[in-house]
Amino acid sequence: MTFTHLLSAGDLDRTDAIRILDTAEELLGLASRPIKKLPTLRGRTVVNLFFEDSTRTRISFEAAAKRLSADVINFSAKGSSVSKGESLKDTALTLQAMGADAVVIRHQHSGAPHRLANAKWTNGAVINAGDGTHEHPTQALLDAFTMRRHLGELEGKNITIVGDVLHSRVARSNALLLDTLGANVTLVAPPTLLPVGIEKWPVETSYDLDSSLEKADAVMMLRVQQERMNAAFFPSAREYSRRYGLDTPRLNRLPDHAIVMHPGPMNRGMEITADVADHVRSVIVEQVTNGVAVRMAVLYLLLGGAAGDSTTEEGTE
Amino acid sequence: MSSYVIRGANILGETVSDIAIEDGVITAIGAGLEGDEVIDATGLVALPGLVDLHTHVREPGREDAETVLTGSKAAARGGFTCVHAMANTDPVADTAGVVEQVWRLGREGGYCDVQPVGAVTIGLGGERLAELGAMADSAAAVRVFSDDGKCVSDAVIMRRALEYVKAFDGVIAQHAQEPRLTEGAQMNEGPLSGELGLTGWPAVAEEAIIARDVLLAEHVGSRLHVCHLSTRGSVEIIRWAKGRGIDVTAEVTPHHLLLSDDLVRSYDPIYKVNPPLRSNDDVAAVREGLADGTIDIVATDHAPHPMEDKECEWSAAAFGMLGLETALSVVQQTMVDPGLLTWAEVAEKMSAKPAEIGRVSNQGRPLEVGEPANIVLVDPAATRVIDARDTASLSRNNPYAGLTLSGEVVATFLRGRPTVRDRALVEGVTV
Repeated sequence: MTFTHLLSAGDLDRTDAIRILDTAEELLGLASRPIKKLPTLRGRTVVNLFFEDSTRTRISFEAAAKRLSADVINFSAKGSSVSKGESLKDTALTLQAMGADAVVIRHQHSGAPHRLANAKWTNGAVINAGDGTHEHPTQALLDAFTMRRHLGELEGKNITIVGDVLHSRVARSNALLLDTLGANVTLVAPPTLLPVGIEKWPVETSYDLDSSLEKADAVMMLRVQQERMNAAFFPSAREYSRRYGLDTPRLNRLPDHAIVMHPGPMNRGMEITADVADHVRSVIVEQVTNGVAVRMAVLYLLLGGAAGDSTTEEGTE
Repeated sequence: MSSYVIRGANILGETVSDIAIEDGVITAIGAGLEGDEVIDATGLVALPGLVDLHTHVREPGREDAETVLTGSKAAARGGFTCVHAMANTDPVADTAGVVEQVWRLGREGGYCDVQPVGAVTIGLGGERLAELGAMADSAAAVRVFSDDGKCVSDAVIMRRALEYVKAFDGVIAQHAQEPRLTEGAQMNEGPLSGELGLTGWPAVAEEAIIARDVLLAEHVGSRLHVCHLSTRGSVEIIRWAKGRGIDVTAEVTPHHLLLSDDLVRSYDPIYKVNPPLRSNDDVAAVREGLADGTIDIVATDHAPHPMEDKECEWSAAAFGMLGLETALSVVQQTMVDPGLLTWAEVAEKMSAKPAEIGRVSNQGRPLEVGEPANIVLVDPAATRVIDARDTASLSRNNPYAGLTLSGEVVATFLRGRPTVRDRALVEGVTV
């Protein structure tokens, strides 16, 4: 691999990204075997360092690491000294002293994984599991993986991402990765929820959901956080839902092969109706399944594959 | 007090001459002068001692980050003979007692004159005027008032403050930041803030306040000073206001002259400052504004912070960077070396004019016979790699660490006594 950490989806060139997706494809088969475990990362330690609650992302990384036989330490800010004011630096030094080979970090502040990786407080590989309103690269990888399984190679595919782009780490990582993979991305949101400077992103933008549906091969709905509703980003939840929510009439305007995605957790009735969320064309549950395979692939390629300081005897297979 | 002769200095970069100093005063300028001690200034430029209108010493309250004494030493190393100490200490400098304490600590230190800035409003709260007259009448003779760190955002309070200080020839130094437009702001709002997922600090939040304030100043006939202006739009508004005859002055910091927001890409909070580092276009605009006189002065906004407030996540880090010891080098590199300013103009913008704005009568004086011997000798041919540990400050939040900057202060004289000599701080200076 050409990278030692996974901080941004932009760190991945096309070869890296496809290698991760292809590896995940092989590893997905493992889930259907009676013994869902490989010895690849035996003796390696993966720390899940979660400063922000995200049970779904944490258990996905935990399952991924365990299926590769790594030792997993869950370090949650709420149950640790972090909540008593310990700095990120001291936490990182502690993990370093415990011999963490990889640190999976989730943090409410944008750039915290970059600080961890670049300030040299730990030698381990740093994997960004969501930082503030910045990025969530493994989510983008599992989204791309899910799309690829349904739509084939993503070159030239039209992907529409709808919602609070301004505050969405999922949107940022998806825009970068999908561009790398050659897809055409359209971001749809009210103007208040598109960041300043979006014209420099490798994407199209639109304020109108209806006009963005007919050519879409996949539609990804973003979660709208409760706190945005009181900050004048839009007048009301109902108005948002009417203009930017995915309901059955809008679903019917999509091409027949198009899929519906959501990174979760959903606000049913807000950005997506229950009928659409549970529709046969919704792949939302499958995204979760694929998350484990993709995270296994990332851990495998960062820790198990190429040599370096590795003491593993498995090597690549 | 012994007498000195500075031998062969290039005064303001214009005339090579000796300068004789005795009893704190320049007694002669000419060739072949004699004195108790001769300081060889061959190749050095002599400027009047620099005056900073915008320094944060953290005393009282955060003596772990900076004291009046350590800040004064850092100032002397940077060629300053006078600094204005901002009011956002703990307790806030909003009473005669606090400003007199800071002023007295500066005098006791003896490394430079420390002229306190008084808060405009009680506790920097923005709601009730502090006792501005009491601070003006105190031993500290405060003339500059600022809630720096916070904006006097209420238009009525700003109007009243501008009016009130006319009674003692004071000036309001505004930290121009519309608070609602900058809630949670972390960096310049632009393409990079969107990409990095950091809440933007839009240029309009600065420009809107400056536009309002110059109109208020015009309306009530007061003088206004704008702190650390940082955007092209701000420069244009000041240019317009001056063209209209409004009594406004403006400052730019060294870091806004040299550094731009691409540095934030590292997420290293050493680059976190308020107002934030702006775009390259804004950097070009503030250089132009300083060169054409729209921006009157350079002021450091020297803002010490302890290590732990910078060795952390970007959003958790404190705003601010050191500046006193590097200011003159940054100005040389960005303005003098490219031919945008002469040394005489540097003297105007870093000494004479800031002293005039602050109404400090014995600083910022010309290098002439009979004037106080506040002199800095700078070696413009020197280059140095900035080392954050090489400082008199108690803090290390130096954004230039690792950069090579041109120019070095060789000596600083405060009323005839060297505070820096042979490129090093003189220890044990006594009043």
